[in-house]
Amino acid sequence: MSETNGHGELPGDGPRPGTHGEPAEQGYPAAAAEAPAGPRRVIGTPPPAQARTLLGRDGPTAQAAPRELPADPSDLGKAKIAERIAATCFIIATLAGIGFIAAYIGLPVHSVDAVLRSNLALGTALSLAMLGLAFGATIWVRNLMPAVELTEPRKPLASAPADRAAFAETFEEGTDASQFVKRPLLRRTLIAATLPLVVAPVVLLRDMGPLPGTSLRHTVWRKGLRLIEDVSNMPIRPSDFSSPGGMITVIPEGYATDDDALAKAATIIIKLRPEELQHPTVLNWTVDGIVAYSKICTHVGCPVSLYEQTTHHILCPCHQSTFDAPRGAQVIFGPAARPLPQLPITTDADGYLVAQSDFHEPVGPSFWERG
Amino acid sequence: MRWITARRRHPAAGYAVVLLMLVAIGMGYAAVTGTGSPASASAPAGTSQRQIADGQSLFNKNCSSCHGLEAQGVSNIAPGLIGVGAAAVDFQVSTGRMPAKGPAAENGRKPVSLNAAQTHAIAAYIASLAGGPAIPAPAQVSTSGASVAVGQQLFIANCAQCHNFVGAGGALTNGKYAPALTQATPTQIYEAMLTGPEAMPVFNDTTITPQNKRDIIAYVTQTRSSTNPGGFSLGRIGPVTEGLVAFLGLLFFMVLAAMWITAKHGKTEAHE
Repeated sequence: MSETNGHGELPGDGPRPGTHGEPAEQGYPAAAAEAPAGPRRVIGTPPPAQARTLLGRDGPTAQAAPRELPADPSDLGKAKIAERIAATCFIIATLAGIGFIAAYIGLPVHSVDAVLRSNLALGTALSLAMLGLAFGATIWVRNLMPAVELTEPRKPLASAPADRAAFAETFEEGTDASQFVKRPLLRRTLIAATLPLVVAPVVLLRDMGPLPGTSLRHTVWRKGLRLIEDVSNMPIRPSDFSSPGGMITVIPEGYATDDDALAKAATIIIKLRPEELQHPTVLNWTVDGIVAYSKICTHVGCPVSLYEQTTHHILCPCHQSTFDAPRGAQVIFGPAARPLPQLPITTDADGYLVAQSDFHEPVGPSFWERG
Repeated sequence: MRWITARRRHPAAGYAVVLLMLVAIGMGYAAVTGTGSPASASAPAGTSQRQIADGQSLFNKNCSSCHGLEAQGVSNIAPGLIGVGAAAVDFQVSTGRMPAKGPAAENGRKPVSLNAAQTHAIAAYIASLAGGPAIPAPAQVSTSGASVAVGQQLFIANCAQCHNFVGAGGALTNGKYAPALTQATPTQIYEAMLTGPEAMPVFNDTTITPQNKRDIIAYVTQTRSSTNPGGFSLGRIGPVTEGLVAFLGLLFFMVLAAMWITAKHGKTEAHE
């Protein structure tokens, strides 16, 4: 169907370079330079009818077959309708674009609700503008432009031999004229000047450091540091936390606003009946059935505090790792590789829960040197 | 029918059918997942011997088949209720969770089968066995003067991991789930924190103080009226649904657009 308009029938197409084993020079006749120099076109004016071919005119007989695209759609009535629809789309896009500017200038953004309204108006206006353009352009293409398939023969990618020879000659001339070869002092100092700049990006990688050292192995928990409730920052007596089935997030006293410290030190305490605690829970590290575990999942570090008081399971919301609270928070399901570290706790002279020491193993996910 | 027959080969007919089916599926889904009516809770009446006797009678009729005639519980079927307190009974019965239809991983909220007076009678009976947390008074659950900001911090630290950051609920293990908090009354939220129903941990008044509980209630009830950026809540369960809707929705329209732009139209022949 479209092949009739395509490359195959062009009489003046000539043998394409490469297809018949002929040298590429065939594609570069001397006539290339004498392309018809028509009247200069003014941008924005319609081109003369004979200029409406899309095919290259550099072939020796290209002028013999100027193939015209149809100037007008077949059904002028439909084309008129399509023109109006497309123009309407463009007008909508214009108005929406103006509306976008107006909304940006006019709508206040002093409160959350105002920002929501402003975003809605800006987004709607911008969407309408973009969609109006897109719909208009598509209607234009589909209904007004000719649906004719054309084939354009490809030019050889390599430059003509004469051009290549001329380039090589110019390069040689330039090399000689610049004295680059004759003056080794200049040449070597120039190369030396570029070397530090090549090395510089490698040195900048230093900003990825410093190495974490032992910081992954420690938290701010230490002997005698009180456990306080997250948010309300109250210290906790065992008698306050006496309802079996209780669970609460605790943080080290004095670090309530230190996010870097809390990222590792966040802990949950769970109240069980003392007889429910079993090996490998360290019973000396518990107080009257209250056991403290790191809140950081040992898989990838999500906060684990989905605690089911009926099953005593601690769940991680990210990948469903499940830890058994009465049995040392051992992993009973999911991708976590290690139990949650247990924080040794006791009570101080005032009867509040305090840490006996830091965690005895690194909290959180595995890392390379953890061992 | 003739109208349809005449137009079924129209170029836009295919798109129209797809759109109609999408609308039909959406409306069908909305009809099936209609929201239930929230249970009402009223102030607990004063306890009297008469009320306790009524409660015992109601308990024997409605609860004892699972919980035992002495509320002592039946192993592997139902927990003992001695010492759970009036608050636990009021929570379970006023949300329709109890009496349960049968043993299940999770007893979800359903229409209540006992009215408020009957519920308070059973609560009084259970409380008369061994005390336990009492039903909070309206002043205890009032959100006037409560801090939504503190409530949000407490909620995110202690509740959001199961109930989602705006109380949309979430899944637990073995069929259990943390229910959505969209229908819970302030009294029920307070009772749930106090008693830890089902798998929920207990947040007693000495760790999460009554003031903190009112802050949390203020946050939970406030999220229900907050606007949804973008206009749709999508269940308020976070970026997964939002991403899915954006992906599928955009994909659908992009496929439609691609079909429209590239479709052959009748004029190719005309120019040959």
